[in-house]
Amino acid sequence: MSPAAPSTTTVIASVTVPGETTPRVEFTPAAVDTLRELWAEFGPLMFHQSGGCCDGSSPMCFPAGEFITSDRDVLLGRLDIAPAGETAQTVDFWMSAEQFEYWSHTFLTVDLVPGRGSGFSLEAPRGVRFLIRSRLMESFG
Amino acid sequence: MTVYANPGTPGAKVTFKPRYENWINGGWVKPVKGQYFEDISPVNGKPFAEVARGTAEDIELALDAAHRAAPAWGKTTATERAAVLNKIADVIDANKELLAVAETWDNGKPIREPLNADLPLASDHFRYFAAAIRSQDGDHAELDNDTVSYQFHEPLGVVGQIIPWNFPILMAVWKLAPALAAGNAIVMKPAEQTPVSIMVLIELIGDILPPGVLNIVNGFGLEAGKPLASSPRIRKIAFTGETTTGRLILQYASANIIPATVELGGKSANIFFSDVAQEQDSFYDKAQEGFVLFAFNQGEVCTAPSRALLQKPIYESFLGSAIERTRKAIQGNPLDTDTQVGAQASNDQLEKILSYIDIGKQEGARLALGGERVDLGGDLSGGYYVQPTIFEGNNKMRIFQEEIFGPVLAVTSFSDYEDAISIANDNLYGLGAGVWSRNGNVAYRAGRDIHAGRVWVNNYHHYPAGAAFGGYKSSGIGRENNKLALGHYQQTKNLLVSYSEKPLGFF
Repeated sequence: MSPAAPSTTTVIASVTVPGETTPRVEFTPAAVDTLRELWAEFGPLMFHQSGGCCDGSSPMCFPAGEFITSDRDVLLGRLDIAPAGETAQTVDFWMSAEQFEYWSHTFLTVDLVPGRGSGFSLEAPRGVRFLIRSRLMESFG
Repeated sequence: MTVYANPGTPGAKVTFKPRYENWINGGWVKPVKGQYFEDISPVNGKPFAEVARGTAEDIELALDAAHRAAPAWGKTTATERAAVLNKIADVIDANKELLAVAETWDNGKPIREPLNADLPLASDHFRYFAAAIRSQDGDHAELDNDTVSYQFHEPLGVVGQIIPWNFPILMAVWKLAPALAAGNAIVMKPAEQTPVSIMVLIELIGDILPPGVLNIVNGFGLEAGKPLASSPRIRKIAFTGETTTGRLILQYASANIIPATVELGGKSANIFFSDVAQEQDSFYDKAQEGFVLFAFNQGEVCTAPSRALLQKPIYESFLGSAIERTRKAIQGNPLDTDTQVGAQASNDQLEKILSYIDIGKQEGARLALGGERVDLGGDLSGGYYVQPTIFEGNNKMRIFQEEIFGPVLAVTSFSDYEDAISIANDNLYGLGAGVWSRNGNVAYRAGRDIHAGRVWVNNYHHYPAGAAFGGYKSSGIGRENNKLALGHYQQTKNLLVSYSEKPLGFF
């Protein structure tokens, strides 16, 4: 993991869950840097939070629209990874509704660690993996 | 006690090649784009071999070879295919230690596991499906005096298989054996975390199969897995992994209108009723061991008993002794036959486990044991080791709901039978479960009431080839092991034959 460029800051999601007022997701600077590189290579991006075996519980990054979401998915937030003043580059972060029932009390930070592959997520061939760090929503301002 | 020498050192059972190409059409084929990636051993965190970084172009080459081989292979007799499978089984048995060292080095698991479980199960699996295909009959029905319906099993043709990293050889064999027995040609993509041990197996068995019947392309999910799963040139896709990729696989299969089987993991409840502690006898000892099996293979098992449910009257006493038993688990050099807990398979897996230990603490679960990364020192210092960890909490916590895939156990109590079943079923997944009771009626009823495809009763973590394995709920679709698995690799041909001389009379 390369240290974040000084200009990159943490990106916090807009609120997209109906009836809510507090963001649920953020990207660390290291995650944002890699997402910008991926955007340059693959175009618009999306996340779907995985569950289950092996690389489960990892956030999976795809070209936007590659993964078909449905009414049984929840849009947890929308994050603009573009540098300040530039055209917006928004990344939607999704999770299945059934999984959200068990995760809804936690705030998710998408970070980046050295790693080796995971599903069809776009960053894997670069030797890095997006990783979820969680904290309780109550402790979040 | 035996400590196997590190691969490539004097006295080693295996020396890895510096580079592994793809296995296509019965030979080693360089990746079209000429790119490779390093395979890292979780034992010491160091790279030990280069592996082909396959892409869509390599998948196409493999599909070409498979399509050339499939028609003739599909026409071989069950007897001939069974003989091939039995030969493969013999080679696995004859090279058990070599394969075990390769598997441990690639995956990090303690070598007593591949020596005593993964590899004996792998060879037995080939023998089981050799027998199953020979004993499989077609079907016929005499629909009326002149009309007979015949049903034949036919191979699907060319199938795709994507396998996980927790049992690199055994999980490959679970998919290979039924597919080969049924007469299919295969393109397989191993997990990028553990791409080498399966290639060591191929070095040994490659010439037993006709060229093109089995093709293996390594690479990343995005670059090699996706082109395979989404290819219109496969007639079936099989996948073991997590839910998001599982849904993508099903999505690609729907675009091509092909069947897909997906095994997506679980969060298995291991239920201990009070009567288990009625006597401090051998059965109690067995139940205690059944509790500690959460640490088997460092918890990297889809059916890891990662939720323990203890009935209230025995909660303190049973848990107390089980914690002491877990504390004694020997963590160390995975190549030492005395080691019971080895390394997690990759750095990102290690990081994920630590992030779950963190959220467990934040949610207020009580850390009863472990909870830290382990530095084993010396050469092993860079390896990915985590202490066996036990939390006490409640079933709504995320550590009770999500498959951590590490040696992390979440323990809670229950009051009565209904409470036990309710907690066990309050989960998205339904792959495995365990029930422990001296009362056969209770154990039977619980086994039937739990929504999971495999319920172990008074045992855990046995995987005999004859017992069907697969998930309820979000744990997936399809069954592996057992002759049922053949059905996932076969088409049904119905011949409807009239033996009457008379016209129908409609026209």
